[in-house]
Amino acid sequence: MVNPGFFPLLIGGLLVNNYVLSQFLGICPFLGVSKKVGPAVGMSAAVIFVMLMATAATWPIFHFLLAPNDLNYLRTIVFILVIAALVQLVELVLKRFVKPLYNALGIYLPLITTNCAVLGVTILNIDSNYTFIAALINAFASGAGFLLAMVLFAGVRERLELVPVPESLKGLPITLVAASLVSVSFLGFQGLFGL
Amino acid sequence: MSPILLAVLIVGGVGLVLGLVLAVASVVLSVPTDPRVEKLCDVLPGANCGGCGHSGCEAYAAALVAGTADPGMCSPGGQEVADAIARILGKESVALKKKVAAVRCAGCEENAVTLANYENVDSCKKATLLYGGGKACLYGCLGLGDCAAACPYGAINVQNGLARVDTTRCAGCGVCVETCPRRLLSLVPDPQMPLVVCRNTDKGAQVRKVCKSGCIGCGKCTKVCPHEAVLLHDNVAVINPEVCQNCGACAAACPVGCIQ
Repeated sequence: MVNPGFFPLLIGGLLVNNYVLSQFLGICPFLGVSKKVGPAVGMSAAVIFVMLMATAATWPIFHFLLAPNDLNYLRTIVFILVIAALVQLVELVLKRFVKPLYNALGIYLPLITTNCAVLGVTILNIDSNYTFIAALINAFASGAGFLLAMVLFAGVRERLELVPVPESLKGLPITLVAASLVSVSFLGFQGLFGL
Repeated sequence: MSPILLAVLIVGGVGLVLGLVLAVASVVLSVPTDPRVEKLCDVLPGANCGGCGHSGCEAYAAALVAGTADPGMCSPGGQEVADAIARILGKESVALKKKVAAVRCAGCEENAVTLANYENVDSCKKATLLYGGGKACLYGCLGLGDCAAACPYGAINVQNGLARVDTTRCAGCGVCVETCPRRLLSLVPDPQMPLVVCRNTDKGAQVRKVCKSGCIGCGKCTKVCPHEAVLLHDNVAVINPEVCQNCGACAAACPVGCIQ
């Protein structure tokens, strides 16, 4: 078990190993919900929340249930099951007790069930052999990295609406080109602090 | 125990436990919804325009049932919807409070000083990004018609470099309010009370340089108002609609004619 410490995990999740821009996980909401900055922030807040909850649930299940019984190969399916049920449960709890947060997260909360970045963070936490605390920090940092990528890209897309785009590139093509450029800019962080 | 049986048991067990937790949670944590909310949602136009001040028709319905909203706020629905809401809530029917959009600028081409002519720039938003538009006043209407293009009722048109609202067509939906990069549009009660049609917070001398009809913050209106409804705030007169009695004294006293 390793715990690289708070700062390396935070910088790693935010910049160097950014889930969206460097590891290409969670591309679907990255392209789907990034038209405006407001909803992008809402979606990212929900992702941070679910990543933390999912890590807190899947880490003990793996280390106390699957690993001792030599069932590592089952982790993908068990994690998906746990994340799906967890999102449902969180939705019920929020609807009952924290109505404003429920309204603010809206449709994004159930959508996150199918966000591969959430599954990615839980599996990579196991692969990296993190301690429970390190896994939680990594989950938060990865979620914050998702937020950063979403807000940056939503800003780019809001500007993109106002510039003349060649007819053949209008819509999704120019969005993908912009996404690749934002991703390339994050390549500059590779190797930062030896991460 | 055979490994296959163990795998089935563990995955099945995890699934069963999660399923039971969800089943129990959905009963224990269920939120009872008022049947009136659904009825109200059926009555309301369902356009989610936000003209009532809520995020959508469903939010307005919820606020109505909770008693925090006024039944006469749905402008697109008109008197018919206001009556239907009152019927469902079992309240007396109220007269609809109609609201219309108003442009808080009087800087048409004759009044406002033009610094630059923009060619091939067809939207206020673009002009704002590109050195802030052609008018010398940094607060005024750019006159490129983002609001007119957004209006679903065709109630706004740009005449003489200034957006104008046709109050007979305006449904008070408030779609235009968000589109103005200078935030000059707002919803006001109809029939209209006196409105300060200037947002320039600069000092009077500076305002005179850029616009003939800008509020110079002289304060005459605050002195003539018999109800103390007009105040100066940041060098601009502001009329409090709660206090205003629509006497028109301020409009008559304004030396630049920016109260209309």
